[in-house]
Amino acid sequence: MTLLLGAVAYDPKVVTIWEGFCAFFAKHGLKADYVLYSNYERQVEALVAGQVHVAWNSPLAHLQTQRLAARRGWSTTAFCMRDTDQDLTSLVLVRRDDPARHLADLKGKVVAVGAPDSPQATLIPLSALAQAGLTPGEDVTVQVHDVLRGKHGDHVGGERDAVRALVRGDADAACVIDGNHLLFTREGALPAGAVRVLYQTPPYDHCVFSALSVGPAEQIHRLKELLLGMSYDDPEVRPLLDLEGLKRWREGRVSGLAQLDEAIERFGTIDGWLAEAGSRL
Amino acid sequence: MKEDTTLDLGALGLDAGALLLVKRALRALPTGARLEVRGESPDLGHQLRAWARGQGHGYGEQDGRRWISPGGVGRWAGAERAGGVAPAGVVERPSARWGLAARGALVEAGSPALHFSLDEKSMVWSEDAGRLYAQAVAAQWDPETAIPWDAAIPHDEEVEDAVVQVMTYLIENETAALLVPARFLGQLHPHFREVMQLLAVTTADEARHIEVFTRRARLRRTLLGLSTHGGQASLKTLLEEPDFGLASFLLSVLGEGSFLSLLWFLQEHAPDPITRQICKLAAQDEARHVAFGLAHLSRHVSLDPGLRGRLALAVQHRHQSLAQTAGLNEEVFDALVVLAAGGFDPTQIAQGYERVLTLQADMDHGRKLRLERLGFHPEEAAALSALHTRNFM
Repeated sequence: MTLLLGAVAYDPKVVTIWEGFCAFFAKHGLKADYVLYSNYERQVEALVAGQVHVAWNSPLAHLQTQRLAARRGWSTTAFCMRDTDQDLTSLVLVRRDDPARHLADLKGKVVAVGAPDSPQATLIPLSALAQAGLTPGEDVTVQVHDVLRGKHGDHVGGERDAVRALVRGDADAACVIDGNHLLFTREGALPAGAVRVLYQTPPYDHCVFSALSVGPAEQIHRLKELLLGMSYDDPEVRPLLDLEGLKRWREGRVSGLAQLDEAIERFGTIDGWLAEAGSRL
Repeated sequence: MKEDTTLDLGALGLDAGALLLVKRALRALPTGARLEVRGESPDLGHQLRAWARGQGHGYGEQDGRRWISPGGVGRWAGAERAGGVAPAGVVERPSARWGLAARGALVEAGSPALHFSLDEKSMVWSEDAGRLYAQAVAAQWDPETAIPWDAAIPHDEEVEDAVVQVMTYLIENETAALLVPARFLGQLHPHFREVMQLLAVTTADEARHIEVFTRRARLRRTLLGLSTHGGQASLKTLLEEPDFGLASFLLSVLGEGSFLSLLWFLQEHAPDPITRQICKLAAQDEARHVAFGLAHLSRHVSLDPGLRGRLALAVQHRHQSLAQTAGLNEEVFDALVVLAAGGFDPTQIAQGYERVLTLQADMDHGRKLRLERLGFHPEEAAALSALHTRNFM
């Protein structure tokens, strides 16, 4: 049996990555192929419909899978993830001279965020604002910077636009993942010293490989073994790891998805989708 | 656990250059030790955490103090030194994975393979390449200032016609002399840096020759001279020769070697100082091209004596394929006679004719000498020289 992997085509490099990974798996005796989807919702439904066996999921897509699969009585596991997807934080940035000292000081202000379905640049930071007593859309104006909807914020463009809006003065705060703060400075989108960090979220986790309890256990186990065995010291694998942005694969965990889980419960982010997708089961 | 090392960044932020200091401190860190990073930049903690994660390093914070634990992932494991930077460091067969890396650089393992078909030292290398390149660079001349463009052209219109015909012929031949090395340049492994540089400057030389011959032809004419089937057929065989050794033998040793005699001839007999100076400067450049061809082929022949037979065959094949063509066009021959005659009086023409026959004998003599330098016996050299194209190049 060929193990079918699902992935979302948020960038042309995705083809290079999965061609390379599948060649690596084949070399080590695992027959695998990949199917690309244009958005995570389509991929989640395909996974639950049994069209693919595992999915390389955004954290939001993993939670969507959990909820949709539960309707069929199946459980979902996150069996593997990148080292770089563990213990991320999101930052709420303000201009250097902004008098705000706490999140609550943003009352009445404009907060620039990324795509509406971005965990890191929208859902988690807005949930933090709500926790601080500011209801998004009521106490603060949410300015959405949507690049590639359905990609769950995988495209960095939304965050870059949010930061530019902050620097221009079109927004009073911008929400980004911590790594992009430094990236945007090095790219020049963010002049050094122009902004400061008003708030940093607690650490959370990001993408995972999702599989269902009814999936082909033996092949999934082999896939996990091969992923965990990939070494950055191996010159054949290193370019793929560089493209995918990791140094080593780690055991998956869902403990780091709690903040996002809370956010989507708070905002009802996926309720409409879940009802529709559930009706198609 | 080794004792921690401390790095104090002061007010310098990671977004303002501090990363360089962090990376430097990590390189010097003893195995098993952690790096404590101190600093007053307000964003230091956020940025350090994100950077360390992306690099595969551990990161920890406690009571306002921050540590990085190196992850030990090695981009440079298995990296390979691409020969040595000096000519003595040239290897017999550089790896395709060294690609465009500077000779002597440390190349990351797994770098993409770039396949250059000219990747054997025996085929391309000469110890003289570096010296000839330096000489070529030092001898570059500026057409604007090196040629007396404003000098008088006192001769009559018919002599000018002869000059324009010779220039037309030279432009066509120099175009072939530019394209042949340019094609091989793209196939040469950059490990042979000095050869690559020399071929590059050779094409630049030819570009300049084309420029000055064209400019000279246009001084008093708007139309150029004739281009013949025989001339182009001869040059086509040069362009179509796929073997670097054979092509440089036919082009540099035999063709450009013969051209040296022609340019010296024009330097002596051209009717105006502009043409004489152009031919003098072009001849200096061509002498280097011939020297390199001879140098790398001498080395190649000494390593592979069978090459000599292949060179001889190449001359014979070229001769056969050109047997049915006219060779040098009559107009070029006549133009050379006119230039060497200096006038149309029968006595002058007789002298001009004699001089062109002497030129052809000089070319033949030069070819024989160069063939002998490549180890051909005098009789064999004489036979091969006689088979050389009548188009000179």
